[in-house]
Amino acid sequence: MEVFWDQTLRFFSFGDPIVRVAVAGCLLLGLACGLMGSFIMVRRLSLFGDTLSHAVLPGVAMGFIWNLSKDPVAILIGAVLAGYLGVMLVRWLTATTRLKEDAAMGMVLAGFYGLGVCLLTFVQRQAVGDMAGLDKMLFGQASALTGTDIQVLAVVSGVALALVAVFYKEFLVISFNETFARVSGIPVRWFNGLFFLLLSFAIVASLQAVGVVLVSAMLITPAATAYMLTDRMHRLIGLACVFGMLAGLIGCYLSFLGAGLPTGPFIVLVSSLGFIAAWFFSPRYGWVLEKLRRISRRRRMALENTLASIYRFREGEGHAETVALSLLGLSRHRNESLEEVESRLKRLQAEGFAKLVPSPRTAALEHCQVVLTAKGARRARTLIRNHRLWELYLNRAADYADDHVHDDAELMEHYLSEGLVDRLDQRLDYPRVDPHGRTIPSKEEARQ
Amino acid sequence: MKPVLETHDLTVIYSRKPVLYGVDLTVHAGSIVGLLGPNGAGKSTFIKACMGLIPLESGWVELFGQRGRKAIRRAGYVPQRESVDWDFPVNALDVVLMGRYGKLGLFRRPGKADREMAMDCLRMVNMEAYADRQIAALSGGQQQRIFLARALAQETDLYFLDEPFVGVDAATEAAIITILRKMRDQGKTLIVVHHDLTTAAQYFDQLVLLNMRVIASGPTQEVFTEENLHRAYGGRLTLLTQAASERIQQRSS
Repeated sequence: MEVFWDQTLRFFSFGDPIVRVAVAGCLLLGLACGLMGSFIMVRRLSLFGDTLSHAVLPGVAMGFIWNLSKDPVAILIGAVLAGYLGVMLVRWLTATTRLKEDAAMGMVLAGFYGLGVCLLTFVQRQAVGDMAGLDKMLFGQASALTGTDIQVLAVVSGVALALVAVFYKEFLVISFNETFARVSGIPVRWFNGLFFLLLSFAIVASLQAVGVVLVSAMLITPAATAYMLTDRMHRLIGLACVFGMLAGLIGCYLSFLGAGLPTGPFIVLVSSLGFIAAWFFSPRYGWVLEKLRRISRRRRMALENTLASIYRFREGEGHAETVALSLLGLSRHRNESLEEVESRLKRLQAEGFAKLVPSPRTAALEHCQVVLTAKGARRARTLIRNHRLWELYLNRAADYADDHVHDDAELMEHYLSEGLVDRLDQRLDYPRVDPHGRTIPSKEEARQ
Repeated sequence: MKPVLETHDLTVIYSRKPVLYGVDLTVHAGSIVGLLGPNGAGKSTFIKACMGLIPLESGWVELFGQRGRKAIRRAGYVPQRESVDWDFPVNALDVVLMGRYGKLGLFRRPGKADREMAMDCLRMVNMEAYADRQIAALSGGQQQRIFLARALAQETDLYFLDEPFVGVDAATEAAIITILRKMRDQGKTLIVVHHDLTTAAQYFDQLVLLNMRVIASGPTQEVFTEENLHRAYGGRLTLLTQAASERIQQRSS
């Protein structure tokens, strides 16, 4: 346990230069991947991102062979060239053969990756030059990053960020509707080339810390997490960058605790957990909240139906004050068990819509009298008004048979807004009788 | 006065099969032109070729008497609704603002004036209440109107519309045609890809019947004849002929 706190302190004090470099690398890659990944995701180019990230590997090996040292600039150039070659190969295959894009991508991805692994193994066998970190390209090891790497990373991420900021509107319209962008006179081909270049930058920036195999997850997952939370592209990009950087930081820390465990899987794991959290708990598209909303909606409808039933019962008795409605009577009227009706009434009582008055003759709960409060009566009249106006509207305007309108109105009464009901009322010329011959409460009556 | 659109010997070939062959067409300003023809007749291909979106095998296109990219910028475009992903994270106003991008040029961002102009365009299609709605939350007809508002924001004198009436309800169809007529009355020219023969005679001032070649073109009452339709639709025209000839009888009576 002590070791744990020791290590945690050592990590978050950022005193150790190796930790500093690793953390800086992970933050930068999170930024670059979040930025480019947002566009990759909304353009449905996820598989393309995966292909590109594998296709750069032979270029990385060649960049090393170039001058037998881990020169980040040579590796960057090699990677971009190899990636370009891979993408061109996919285009060429789809243009000249019957192969579809996914098949071409699948092949290029695996082929280039295989070639890259062979080349890397070959380089390592030769055991020449400074190869620290070269073997970490597959799964990523942030601690193998050097100060020069970080400088290159910072420049690359900074350039990507600046260009996307300057040409945001062009990237946006091209992503949404490429043909429209072309007709508007935007040099789409030029921007797509730039996009490819920036994407390659982001991938190369991540190779050392996340590894070839998992880079595509770093592109997609933070963007997908952000997509659960917002409906605007600029916010999506911002959130994706933040999530990417957070995943980078936490993943880097976890791998540091494990002393030498590969960074990539941890970063991706943290990122995935973040996605799961957003998927479940997002206010707008979250699974949990959607379920909760549905439950509360259903409960509100059940309560409102009970209120309407009480009104209808009283209406059947000519609204006579002298006629008492017991809990048992209501349960018979609604055709529900006593327990159900009882729990609803308790809820209504708690919310101030109804009261349960004990019967003077007996203490038994089922003989309690059900009385609507003023607030409850208002709500009940409004529901009945909604219901009957909607029935009448369906009947008159939409030619629904009068024996078919009830079920629809039973649902709609809970959703109709006051403004819409007023317009219905006006449209139907303030009717007082519904298709079944019952009275429709007027607006003033409903409010009393 | 120079024609708004002129094509000569326009030929487009997709994998060795001609889709358009030697299309000569001249369109003058201020009318709604319906582009009609059977499926696969090359209607969408034709407007894409006019806008330089696909390479020509031969021939040329002139917009306002000019060729090339500069000329194409003077055309607005309403693509088919299904051609974009409506789950894209933008709201209605964002989409309409995209209509301003061409005029803004590379380095300028849309400002307050552009935003107000985009709102005016939304108002023109009766969609101002939906400005900050995510576009997936709109109905098909509303989405089509957003596209129309974006075209209005382009402020051009010539528009190409690719099947704007597909998948919209009757009320929206009527609303769209009203807007198109208003645009025409302002002197704009609208070239509309359309496939519904029953409404064609009603909607368009001019018709172009297309089936790889131009079968007939000119004022609607001259072009919309049974003989021309037969030539455009070939043997496929059975029910359609009936519907169309009924429509013609209605018009002449």
